[in-house]
Amino acid sequence: MIIKKVVDAKGQACPMPIVRTKKAMNELITGEVLQVLATDKGSKPDLAAWTKSTGHTLLESKEENGVFIFMIQKG
Amino acid sequence: MTKVNPATAAQLAHHIIENKPLFVLDVRNEDDFASWKIEGRQVEIFNTPYFDLLDGVESILSQLPDDKPVIVVCAKEGSSIFVAELLLKAGLKDVSYLVGGMKAWSEHLEPIKVGDLQNGGEIYQFMRMGKGCMSYMIVSEKAALIVDAARMVSAYEEFAHRSDITIKYLVDTHLHADHISGGRELAHKVNGAYLLPPRDAEEVTFDYHALEEGNELTFGGTTVKVVPIYSPGHTIGSTTLLVDDKYLLTGDILFVESIGRPDLAGKAEDWVGDLRNTLYSTYRELDEDLVVLPAHFANVSELNEDGSISARLGDLFKRNAGLNVANEATFRELVSINLPPQPNAYHEIRLVNMGLLSPAEDEKREMEMGPNRCAVHG
Repeated sequence: MIIKKVVDAKGQACPMPIVRTKKAMNELITGEVLQVLATDKGSKPDLAAWTKSTGHTLLESKEENGVFIFMIQKG
Repeated sequence: MTKVNPATAAQLAHHIIENKPLFVLDVRNEDDFASWKIEGRQVEIFNTPYFDLLDGVESILSQLPDDKPVIVVCAKEGSSIFVAELLLKAGLKDVSYLVGGMKAWSEHLEPIKVGDLQNGGEIYQFMRMGKGCMSYMIVSEKAALIVDAARMVSAYEEFAHRSDITIKYLVDTHLHADHISGGRELAHKVNGAYLLPPRDAEEVTFDYHALEEGNELTFGGTTVKVVPIYSPGHTIGSTTLLVDDKYLLTGDILFVESIGRPDLAGKAEDWVGDLRNTLYSTYRELDEDLVVLPAHFANVSELNEDGSISARLGDLFKRNAGLNVANEATFRELVSINLPPQPNAYHEIRLVNMGLLSPAEDEKREMEMGPNRCAVHG
């Protein structure tokens, strides 16, 4: 998987992880993949719900050492 | 531009208790909203996730009132401030956000006086509006007994400190599965005695005093009498407290509009008979004028005018559906089939209350998040 862009939102509380994810997504073209890093627990359900409502695809969502890692493909 | 007003959980609780109109804009995601939200008789509520409002709030302006205050809430507060500021910019006047979000709402305890004792003294209901849990402080001559204390022990400590009260006894009516008990921690802090029904304490890892029928507790200069009545059914050890011959603290056995559920340790079948016996025999022998003070409410419709929860026992015999199931088989079905989902993390919560798990503070908070589902509605 080619990661086109990374948003590092570690240490930031909502709404910032999604605000920054949304902004980064606007700079990608359909099919490209964005990686998002976050530590805010709420970012997990919120990002999943947001990608669903915006027509992107959440390819992967995992947690490593307290950091959530999301792979989102632009729809 | 004017600034967004912060509203604390205490202010929100007062607002709801005083029955003032309020509009809640909940900006959490739809799943969180569906599972648990702010409720009140005069509370109107509307949900749109904050991430649908990042480009502006124009889409929801028509849904918002201009004749009552609007409070924006989210999980922790960050997104609610963000959205509230957008609303102010869009021209809405009376906008605030909930400080600390639903997390703070879930943990706020609001003391309400629910009655006097015969020889002086009072009984207070500590209302945890966010979870529909109630605990009690019975005060006599500067001494207190607390029943079913919540995890946020500072609320009781501050209350006691303000009135120069010494906390003597901490009683849990049963081993809780829906919230983490503060009883043991508080007993340790104030050097008081922690009491638990022995049949619910078979696996606990700490020393405790037995809450048993026949062992009355008395405290305070005017001697408040607390009589334990063994009343199994929600758990095998569930014990009801008769306070001052007037108040019946029913724990999770009997609520105002519903009854307890006998399945929180996976033993629904075993305990249905006990529950039936408690509600249909033991309680029937008690004075109908007793004031029932339960450990939960399920619906804001149960709130009295002053925001408290209580009911006359005789009235409940008449109007609580769970007390009016004549047929035993029907009753068995009601309390063991088609039950609502189990409370969040109920198994882990029991382990914490037994001393077998010691999670960090934020893990405890996480375990308790969400709605309370201890009741069965007939």
